[in-house]
Amino acid sequence: MTSSAAVEVTGLRVYRGKRLVLRDVSCTIPRGSVTGLLGPSGCGKTTLMRSVVGVQIVSGGSVTVLGSSAGSPGLRDRIGYATQSPSVYADLSVVENLRYFCAVLRAPRSDVQRVIDEVGLGGHESQLVSSLSGGELSRTSLAVALLGKPELLVLDEPTVGLDPLLRDELWTLFRSLASRGVTLLVSSHVMDEAARCERLLLMRDGALLADDTPASLLSATGTGDLEQAFLHLVRAKEAA
Amino acid sequence: MNTSILLATTARILNQFRHDRRTVALMVLMPSLLLILLRFVFNSEAAFSRAAPALLAVFPFAIMFIVTSITTLRERTTATLERLMTMPIGKLDLLFGYALAFGVVALVQVLVAVGISLTWLGLSIGGSVWLLVVIAGLDALLGTALGLFASAFARTEFQAVQFMPLFVMPQVLLCGLFSPREAMTPVLEWLSNVMPLSYAVDALTAVTTSSDITAELVRNLAIVAACGLLALVLGAVTLRRRTP
Repeated sequence: MTSSAAVEVTGLRVYRGKRLVLRDVSCTIPRGSVTGLLGPSGCGKTTLMRSVVGVQIVSGGSVTVLGSSAGSPGLRDRIGYATQSPSVYADLSVVENLRYFCAVLRAPRSDVQRVIDEVGLGGHESQLVSSLSGGELSRTSLAVALLGKPELLVLDEPTVGLDPLLRDELWTLFRSLASRGVTLLVSSHVMDEAARCERLLLMRDGALLADDTPASLLSATGTGDLEQAFLHLVRAKEAA
Repeated sequence: MNTSILLATTARILNQFRHDRRTVALMVLMPSLLLILLRFVFNSEAAFSRAAPALLAVFPFAIMFIVTSITTLRERTTATLERLMTMPIGKLDLLFGYALAFGVVALVQVLVAVGISLTWLGLSIGGSVWLLVVIAGLDALLGTALGLFASAFARTEFQAVQFMPLFVMPQVLLCGLFSPREAMTPVLEWLSNVMPLSYAVDALTAVTTSSDITAELVRNLAIVAACGLLALVLGAVTLRRRTP
């Protein structure tokens, strides 16, 4: 099981300030899958993702990523990470941003054009990032995460503010990456994206409510859609 | 350290400047404009020649400090630093990349200021012009390094701006520009002795009055360079891959 898991989180506890934002979270993310991390804003999704990429100070538990402890130097060119707020330089053009991160990752220069095509930013190459629309901006940030040959992609709300057509194209891209063996952890606060994932991690208030496939979530809760399933789990937990 | 990543970082920062011409113009011209103003305030070449060497150290130092601390803080507070910290870039690659980029700008700034002072403003110096440029450039780099370091202690750009009076003004007051360092009360003289700008001003004053390269001059330069390097390394220590 260990060899097939891309990420293994065991008993993870994280404090931000005095607040306990992750309370003993444990989960396993299989390789070559698209796992959705869903839950309301403020439930700890970003903190969990930061722990996986190794930039979060954790107070307990362990996070193992691709066989090494999260944050190990050897993982730094094997993980692609897109933060929630776009992490690109506003005063550079799209292509200048990508060239810089490409150099940092020591990836081939041809990757720049590849990722521009993958996120559909063709025609905007020389545009300054500060003049892009919100959706173009988040796609630029996503493109950086795709540079090189990441084995694990951690994408924090990559589809926010995109029109439905683009969103669909990105999900197609995510699935094709997964079929090539890339593991994706994608967060979202909208439930209609959940159905597109192979596995779901449902979070609320710093704890995992479920770690399952969409289909078995529906059958286990006896509900017709994932929004209802989520509500069912929340109520069941509160009643307990 | 990885040279290609370091140079890529330098190129990236210079590219950012290229898109912000107004900032570049301000950085390159500001010390010169202040020196021109000073020249006409004194209205005498002799009086200007006495004060100008120290100010060739002070103005680039102060300006590079502000510009660097704000720029680095911007990197620290936006998500780009968090992303970089997940990538195979060393902290020193990033900081030296910054120092090199700002060093290039600082050198242009100093060349313009020295050029204008020596020609139009009638500054006369006894020593080597190139040594003057090297010292002033080193001093601007010291401002850059301290700015990088200071940015670690600011949470907002508003705070970073306030660090200018905190880090820079005491050094300007105690560097010997207003009153000779030897004439200060022991406490102030001691404070003056631990501030790197004092050594830069001493070195510049030495170069303008004589063409000898004395052991003291070399020592002063080494102190300025070492302080700059120390500030960069301390800056790297304050840069964290993991944050709360």
